[in-house]
Parts: sequence; structure tokens; C-alpha cells
Amino acid sequence: MNHFRMEILVKPRPGLLDPEGKAIHHALRSLGWTDIHDVRVGKAIYIDLEAEDSVTALETTEAMCRKILANPVTEDFEVSVVGDTERITA
Amino acid sequence: MRVGVVTFPGSNCDYDLYKAAQQVGADVEFIWHRQKNLDGYDVVMLPGGFSYGDYLRAGAIARISPVMEDIVGFAENGGPVLGICNGFQILCEAGLLPGALIRNVSLRFESRDVHMLVEQTETPFTSEYQKGQILRIPIAHGEGNYEADGQLLEQLEAEGRIVFRYVNRGGEMTEEANPNGSRNSIAGLTNESGNVLGMMPHPERAMEEVLGSVDGMGVFLSLAANLSTVVL
Repeated sequence: MNHFRMEILVKPRPGLLDPEGKAIHHALRSLGWTDIHDVRVGKAIYIDLEAEDSVTALETTEAMCRKILANPVTEDFEVSVVGDTERITA
Repeated sequence: MRVGVVTFPGSNCDYDLYKAAQQVGADVEFIWHRQKNLDGYDVVMLPGGFSYGDYLRAGAIARISPVMEDIVGFAENGGPVLGICNGFQILCEAGLLPGALIRNVSLRFESRDVHMLVEQTETPFTSEYQKGQILRIPIAHGEGNYEADGQLLEQLEAEGRIVFRYVNRGGEMTEEANPNGSRNSIAGLTNESGNVLGMMPHPERAMEEVLGSVDGMGVFLSLAANLSTVVL
């Protein structure tokens, strides 16, 4: 078994009103960044796990997303491997 | 009528619900979220609060509590399930009700009285109300913005599943009267068979004239009326 560090990005679905993104958009505009079209806020979740290989690690993490980590009504998710045994030092 | 009020870690309206159900003559018991048996209950109620600190998403972790599997079974067998506030969020996360509740448009925790219109009285939760009645009931939530896609909204409307809608004092549906940005001003809705109701406003907090309103009592009186007429 190998160690993998997974990164999960949970994002509000396109078209869904994102009041937090809107508030940040206003804040950025009031600080002078007037060329911003849109701001969307999601969250990043990091999971360290053991798996045979990176394909299995991805499949397992995607299953977690479908089961609980993301709400399919309001959120999309994106999963990637961001580290393996050698690179994870923490 | 035997009522079970579920307590999750972080529930904080469980005693209010207990008291409200007792007030209409029910035998009430608390059900700890690890309990696995719902035999003998006529109604199951999911209270408001902040189960699991609203971590991940409001209701997302509570819905995998051991008791939820039995609540799904109870609901599928036609048992009435009432979810209020966080209870509504849990019912959506559990898939017992469609759609989702997201952050209020205001980005604020909204804690005040609102007006809502009773639109559907053919449910075990609202039969004691009059259709078109305007109720004044408190809300207290940060994530009560009901979100659903257009197709689902059309279906909910067509099937008469929207039970309560936010309106102004005069009964008009306006943007100002909608405290959280909910689609179609939805304050409460049922599942397809009508035995699961989720609502953001707190009827259990509108049970005493001295506390400002008794408009919530109809929910509990309706359940009592419908369940005590069941003859086995």
C-alpha cells in the first residue's frame, strides 16, 4: 500500500447564487479591483490515505465525494493526487 | 399520539419540540441519534440546532447518524416525519426531501418573526389550518435559502408540495418578505407522498400567546387530530 495526499475542490455549481462570492466581489471592487467579473467561493479538503495506486486512490476519494463530501444539488467536485509517500513529510 | 423527538449532538430545539408536542396531548420521548429502533412512534420530529456544528454542510453529518437509517424506513412506510430548521436541512441531506438549503442571500443569520402563507392543508401537518391563512412564526437560521433546479421547482408547484411560502403581512409574495432568498419563496415542502415535511420557520416557538404568537400550534394540533383518528 502507498500513501497518497488527495486534494478535493468543492465548488458551487455554475449558475447557483453564491452570496459569499458576491460579498467578496464587492469587497475586492471597493479595494480598487474593478475589472473582476465574478467571484465564486468553494472549499478545499485534503485527505491522506493508503491505496494500491493513484487510480484506486482517486476512485476511493471520488466515492467519498459522491457519498458525503459534496452535495450534488449545489456543488461540483474535482479530485486530484497532490502528493505520494515520498513527498508527504508532514 | 406517541412522538419521538430526535436529539443529535448539537440539536438545541429538542426541548421546545418536546414541550410543543406535549402541549397538544402527545406522549413524547427523546430519541438519541444512536438509537436504532423506532417501533411504537406515530411521528418522528427532527429539531433545529447545529448538529455537528454544521461542519461540512448543515445536516450533512447528522444524516449518517445511526437513527437516520430507521427514519428513512419509517418515512418510506408512510410514517409522518417533521423536520424543522436544522431538521429540514438533515431531511434534504438524507434525500427524504429534494433540493438543498444554502447560505442566506443576506449572508446573515436571520433571527426574527416572518409571515408565511399556508398553501397546502391536505397534509397530516396542516389540516387544522385554513388554506390561505397567514401565520406569524419565528425563524432563526443562517442556511435557509432553498435551492432546487427549475424542473424540480415546476414539479413541486404542479404537485402542490409547497406547504408554506414566505409572504408579507398582507399575504403577498415579495422579495423583501423572503428572509433568505429561497426559490419561489419556499418556507416548507413535503415529499411526494406528503408524509415528510421540512420547514425553516419554528412553529414550536409560536405556541404561547405570552411569547408573541400561537400560530405554530396548528402543526401540532393537525398531527394530533390526524393520528388520534387512526383506528387499528
